[in-house]
Amino acid sequence: MHDGAVPVLDVRNLKTVFSTRSGEVHAVNSVSFDLRPGELLGVVGESGSGKSVTMMSLLGLLPSPPAEIRGGEVWLGDTDLLTLGEDGLRKVRGREVGFVFQDPMTSLNPVFTVGFQLTEPLRTHLGMSKTRARERAVELLELVGIPDARRRLGDYPHQFSGGMRQRVMIAIALACDPKVLIADEPTTALDVTIQAQILELVKELRQKLGMAIIWITHDLGVIAGIADRVMVMYGGQVAEHGPVRELFANPAHPYTRALLQTMPKIHGARDAKLRVIEGQPPVMGRHPESCPFMARCAHAFDRCARENPTRRDIGAGHDVACHWDHRTGEPVQDLAEVAS
Amino acid sequence: MFNYTMRRLLLAIPTLLFIALVIFLLLELSPGDPMADMPLTIPPEIREQMRLALGLGEPWYTRFFKWLYLFSVVEPSHVLASITGLENLAIDGQRIISFQTRSPVGDIIAQRLPQTLWVVGLSYLFGILVSLPIGIYSAYRQYSWFDQAGTFVSMVGFSLPTFFTGPLLILIFSIWLGWFPIIYDTTLVVDSWYDFALQMRQMAMPVFVLTLYNAAQITRFMRASMLDNLTQDCVRTARAKGLTERVVVLVHVLRNSMIPVITVIALGIPQIFTGAIITEQIFRVNGLGQLLITAIYATDIPMVLTLSVVFAILIVVFNLIADLLYAVFDPRIRYD
Repeated sequence: MHDGAVPVLDVRNLKTVFSTRSGEVHAVNSVSFDLRPGELLGVVGESGSGKSVTMMSLLGLLPSPPAEIRGGEVWLGDTDLLTLGEDGLRKVRGREVGFVFQDPMTSLNPVFTVGFQLTEPLRTHLGMSKTRARERAVELLELVGIPDARRRLGDYPHQFSGGMRQRVMIAIALACDPKVLIADEPTTALDVTIQAQILELVKELRQKLGMAIIWITHDLGVIAGIADRVMVMYGGQVAEHGPVRELFANPAHPYTRALLQTMPKIHGARDAKLRVIEGQPPVMGRHPESCPFMARCAHAFDRCARENPTRRDIGAGHDVACHWDHRTGEPVQDLAEVAS
Repeated sequence: MFNYTMRRLLLAIPTLLFIALVIFLLLELSPGDPMADMPLTIPPEIREQMRLALGLGEPWYTRFFKWLYLFSVVEPSHVLASITGLENLAIDGQRIISFQTRSPVGDIIAQRLPQTLWVVGLSYLFGILVSLPIGIYSAYRQYSWFDQAGTFVSMVGFSLPTFFTGPLLILIFSIWLGWFPIIYDTTLVVDSWYDFALQMRQMAMPVFVLTLYNAAQITRFMRASMLDNLTQDCVRTARAKGLTERVVVLVHVLRNSMIPVITVIALGIPQIFTGAIITEQIFRVNGLGQLLITAIYATDIPMVLTLSVVFAILIVVFNLIADLLYAVFDPRIRYD
């Protein structure tokens, strides 16, 4: 779709490790991906698969200690964010990269007015005057569809409904016109009708403003409806990645295949049982040398315990990290890998 | 909010009347005789006349209502007169008389109040000023050496009673080192730098003892409250907006953390007026706390009753103030 364009965000071999009392946890293990201008990249995975931690690592939002970024590069334009200090990162947060978090009930500060929280990034990053920032704040609230925006600037978050608060969060994230918007399960805490409204809003804003979006979710339905490309994460690693149609049509990783089978169908037998993936998600990266999905995988064989698979290209912009070939149903012979 | 305040103030009246009645009845029931200090050579019939002169011959309800009238009308008029300087505001006639000193209770309290406010009030102020930054920084750098040291000191300050730290300081600084006087001299008039230095020296130990105790208490509150809020989602949002760490901690976290701390501070203010009974006793500061203790020893019923009810009023009023401050600092709270 956007092939050939220079990516706005290029993450290479990102490694984040948490030091705990019982040893190190490899929460993000050599994750690489890129994000092209105007594109929406969906990141899917179950709880604890490292989706959020990956995104938080990009901008140094994880408390350190216990988190430590062990390696990798995060190119935003032509700067490597990992080489910037805390001061440099701060200028990127909210300015170049906007964040929307999961729970709009708690992600706004309850004791400050929405206007104050919305004008903060404008005044910090763009040096706007108070009155100028308020004008811009009104524009932003109108942009995200909050009626009577000027009057509502003086309201506190508890005076807004959940969906309206998430709109406010989106307005804050978009305040400084960022190149990248990272939405970390922005609709998970909302009920279904509000979810649909927020999805529509994001689609519309994306067309209007043209920023690239990373959309983290565990809802495959949402991804299918909104994303250009999908990245499936499991155990702190990228399991599979590809254009959305291609990936949903030809899932290659046993985890993705299992995940798609768990989706309840509207059509089909009424007495069909809800499918689940047996077993528990792994304690992340305890054994970084073996495949994290091994214990729950129907196709696991001896090599999976010995060697953590690297991502290999299977055509059409689609790659998968698995020793098993979904097309032949046999172990992979050649070791063609994705060039990093 | 205005209606709420009015309603609370009106409700406070029956509450305080009830408190006054209970205190009065408790004092009635308690053993002790105001005449006990009088020489045994006084003949019984003279003794009886003296009792009658003190008003002790009348039934308890008559005495209670007379006291109530004097307390709520006559004494306030004298206080008002001395504050405004308008002598004719004061209502002439009978006042509440201390059995022990035979002078009006209101005047004695007015004499004692400055000492208490200076020593206890100052230590409360110092306590707040010291504890807020320590609590904030301790929580921000949780488990750092600063936090460990701060937590240890506040633990010690909180655990050690003032009747231990007081004599300990006297032993070290007055007896061994001889830096500070043991006894607080109330008659000292500060009109030169030399006297000012003397005043500072005699205030140093009692203020330190009480500051340690107050600071320990508030530090623990502040630290706990900060820790509660540092991990909130909205703090992560503030960081993700690219705000400086200073703004994140001192604006976003602190503002949320101050809500419970302000309440605790407001609720503690009546203690300034009640005086630190033990500390005043140890350092011989003749403030209100000491006044109450000596009045109890001497069965000075009007003094004990009046002081206790004044304290009760302060506690009721500052409870209301704490509740109102809560609403001021937390926009989610509305009293309608």
